[in-house]
Amino acid sequence: MSKNIINFIATIILASIFSLVLPWWSVMTAALATALFIPLKKSAVFFVPFLAILVFWAVYSFMLSSANNFTLAKKISELLPLGGNPYILMLVTGVIGGLAAGITAIFGKELSAIRNS
Amino acid sequence: MKYFKLLLSFVLTIGIFFVLNTKLGSIPPLGKFLNPTSGIWQNETDETITGEIAIPGLKDKVTVHYDAQMIPHVFAQNEHDLYKAQGYLTAKHRLWQLEFQTHAAAGRLSEIFGETALDYDRTERRRGMGYGADQAMAYMQQHDKETLAFIQDYADGVNAYINQLSPKEYPVEYKLLDYTPEAWTPKKTALLLMYMTKMLAGRDSDLEYTNVLRQIGEKDFNLLFPDFFDSTDPVIPKETDWSFIDVPQTELPASKRAVLDTITETITKPHPDNGSNNWAVSGAKSATGNPILANDPHLGLNLPAIWFVMQLSTPNHNAFGATIPGALGVISGFNQHIAWGETNATRDVIDWYKVEFNEDRTKYMYDDQWKDVTVRVEDIKIKGKATYKDSVLYTHHGPVVYEKNFKSDNERSGYAMRWIGHDGGNNQKTFIQLNKAKNYNDYVSAIQYWNAPAQNFVFASTQGDIALWIQGKFANKWEGQGKFLMDGSNPENDWQSYIPQPYNAHTKNPERGFVSSANQHPVDENYPYYVFNDGYETYRNRVINDYFNSKETFSVEDFKTLHNNNYNLKASELVPYMLEQMDASSLSESEKAIYNEIKTWKFNNDINEVGPSIWRQWYGKLKDTLWDEFDIKDTAMVSPFTYQTIYLLKNHGNHKFMDIIATKDKTETAKDLFLIAFKEAAKRLTEIKTEKGDYKWANYKATYAGHLLQALPAFSRFNIPIGGDRNIVNATSENHGPSWRMIVEMTSPPTAIGIYPGGQSGNPGSQYYDDFIDDWAAGKYHNLNFLQSNKATEAIIGTQTLTPASHE
Repeated sequence: MSKNIINFIATIILASIFSLVLPWWSVMTAALATALFIPLKKSAVFFVPFLAILVFWAVYSFMLSSANNFTLAKKISELLPLGGNPYILMLVTGVIGGLAAGITAIFGKELSAIRNS
Repeated sequence: MKYFKLLLSFVLTIGIFFVLNTKLGSIPPLGKFLNPTSGIWQNETDETITGEIAIPGLKDKVTVHYDAQMIPHVFAQNEHDLYKAQGYLTAKHRLWQLEFQTHAAAGRLSEIFGETALDYDRTERRRGMGYGADQAMAYMQQHDKETLAFIQDYADGVNAYINQLSPKEYPVEYKLLDYTPEAWTPKKTALLLMYMTKMLAGRDSDLEYTNVLRQIGEKDFNLLFPDFFDSTDPVIPKETDWSFIDVPQTELPASKRAVLDTITETITKPHPDNGSNNWAVSGAKSATGNPILANDPHLGLNLPAIWFVMQLSTPNHNAFGATIPGALGVISGFNQHIAWGETNATRDVIDWYKVEFNEDRTKYMYDDQWKDVTVRVEDIKIKGKATYKDSVLYTHHGPVVYEKNFKSDNERSGYAMRWIGHDGGNNQKTFIQLNKAKNYNDYVSAIQYWNAPAQNFVFASTQGDIALWIQGKFANKWEGQGKFLMDGSNPENDWQSYIPQPYNAHTKNPERGFVSSANQHPVDENYPYYVFNDGYETYRNRVINDYFNSKETFSVEDFKTLHNNNYNLKASELVPYMLEQMDASSLSESEKAIYNEIKTWKFNNDINEVGPSIWRQWYGKLKDTLWDEFDIKDTAMVSPFTYQTIYLLKNHGNHKFMDIIATKDKTETAKDLFLIAFKEAAKRLTEIKTEKGDYKWANYKATYAGHLLQALPAFSRFNIPIGGDRNIVNATSENHGPSWRMIVEMTSPPTAIGIYPGGQSGNPGSQYYDDFIDDWAAGKYHNLNFLQSNKATEAIIGTQTLTPASHE
């Protein structure tokens, strides 16, 4: 398995475990940890954890919301305002989590670079 | 370079954390808000209505059955457990609203919204909301520890819920506004009751009347603002015999004089339409032989709705009906023996006194002596800012609301508020007792504790009695007392005594076979105490009473019909006259079309009519044109009531007030005003037609139920298709109307139906958030499943058990 895939899966698993005890920034700690222990190269440093958390948050929010007919998602999507479309809200949710994770992963990468030098 | 990159990525990481963790303007902290593990996605759920929950402090098991309307039917073994359960369940379904309403009552909104709410908070503090709540607490501490203990039980119940809540379960509004719930206290119940008092009895126009009197003189004032209109149809039937009253009205003092100051600005007042209908027919007037009772309080249409329906029972009593989050027991409802409901008794319970201070404002003049001022420092916390300290000066009258630091520039004087709401009553006891009452005597003994807001308590029992008491603590005023600003240094202007409670106006089993109230005059001139017109209803009451005089017997179906009655008596009393008087020859083609539309209108405010919209525009323009004298810069004024306005238009059409001041070379009469107003109305209606397609009543009015956060669109319901309007029995205007419709037939046990424009859940993510609205708008009702025992019936969809938690 490529490192990218290992990092991707590990980020999701760590994020779900950390989220049991930590607030929303659990995804940042997960991305930091995987960046330190499963280092990636080039743009993958950002994009792999970005995609991992995007998928994690979007899928999880879809699971919660679809079980309730997207009642609240439609309203929040109108509120933000995203036109009342619940799927756009899920995508935005994913991107926000992904951004936080991706940026933290870059920091993690730089940190490990210092450590290794 | 490495270190630079490290630093840069570190800064970026901190940056994204900050941006996603902080509320920026009105944008919630997006990371916190949107993450699916603890953000709003966790609120995407219905309520749990099964299982067992351990609650500290319970003595026994409490069973909670839920029906398909999400109404909890609570079976407790004792009253302490009952009110704990009520607190717990109210918090479970309505936590954010429960807390928000008491924050609003206490003047604490700046804590949530920041400085924009400061003026609101200062107003509430100066109105003495916290002071009044403190007085109520002190009263109970001294005189009624039992009620206070129940209030503590309720608080324990709310806190049991809050304590077992994890942040991810916080209601969505907390996440949106980025704050957390705090512990509930008994004082919050007192604050909620103050909130009700303010909402229903917090409206007065004394200061505006003072300005009007100064502007137009006493003779015109009395013509425009009479104590009694030319005809009255009061709450207590006219033929009532008052000869049993042996305490006279306070004598008119020699020195009576209004203080004719110019008042530039007054504090915000509750909605003018806050009012209600209630009525009951006796067995003899009922189609089935059982008395029938109805209630529909008219309040702002909000989400979450003001009411939360519950069944609350112990082995000794079994009550059902509408509760208000924060108050104990059922407020408008029934038990196995009686039914009750309230409408607002529009009585003048707020008076204003001008006080003169000494140099350093530590003393004020009273009875030719300096009396000490006491200072209550109000600490108003502001989100993101330092606490604002507002020192409110208190006299024996009450808080000096207006002085140099608030809406006034008088260095050495101020206006003090005398409000019965500050007197520390025991309102909660009334509801606790009513919930347990078995007959007329129990009802009378329960309501005697009620001070404010004065209410018309309607009553019916399975024993066959009907009754209505106008209950509150009323000053026994001298003729005219409190209509205008009074001199606060003269002891004669103080409230001298109170009307003894048994002499409060009431009626039991009147000959006519029905009792009713709709915020109209409480009594006619024969009642031996001074009663002042402070905004009486004059239309709904007549439609209701005419209806009950129209035939021999009435059924529940008739009651439904009356609740949903859209007859616009007000329009019917002016439109034909205007059409007859107005010179229509100068109307253009398009104006003529509108003229013909209103001509065919039968005065029903049904959703597909255009008549109501034309009437609204026409009368609105007419009123503004007529009362142009009352539009004075920097002077707080109030124009006459609609009833008197229509009376003047029809009977004093040439009075000097009809003239439009701006047209110097012409003297207008009522007839001219009709035409001017009609043309302006037609112009606006044509514009509306272009904007909206038509001006049918449903579209014109566009009734909505707005979320408590300033009708946040995503959480509100718009364009609800319902007829009616203010002053109509179906009193639904844009954002105000029948907030709870209940009809109870006094079978044994009673059979009841009810509905309100909302839903049992406070969670916008729940299907139970607004599920009653469509049926409410359609004039439908839901059967209230009055369970007679702890056994679940087929109406029950889930049962939850609250069990005593072991003490640690």
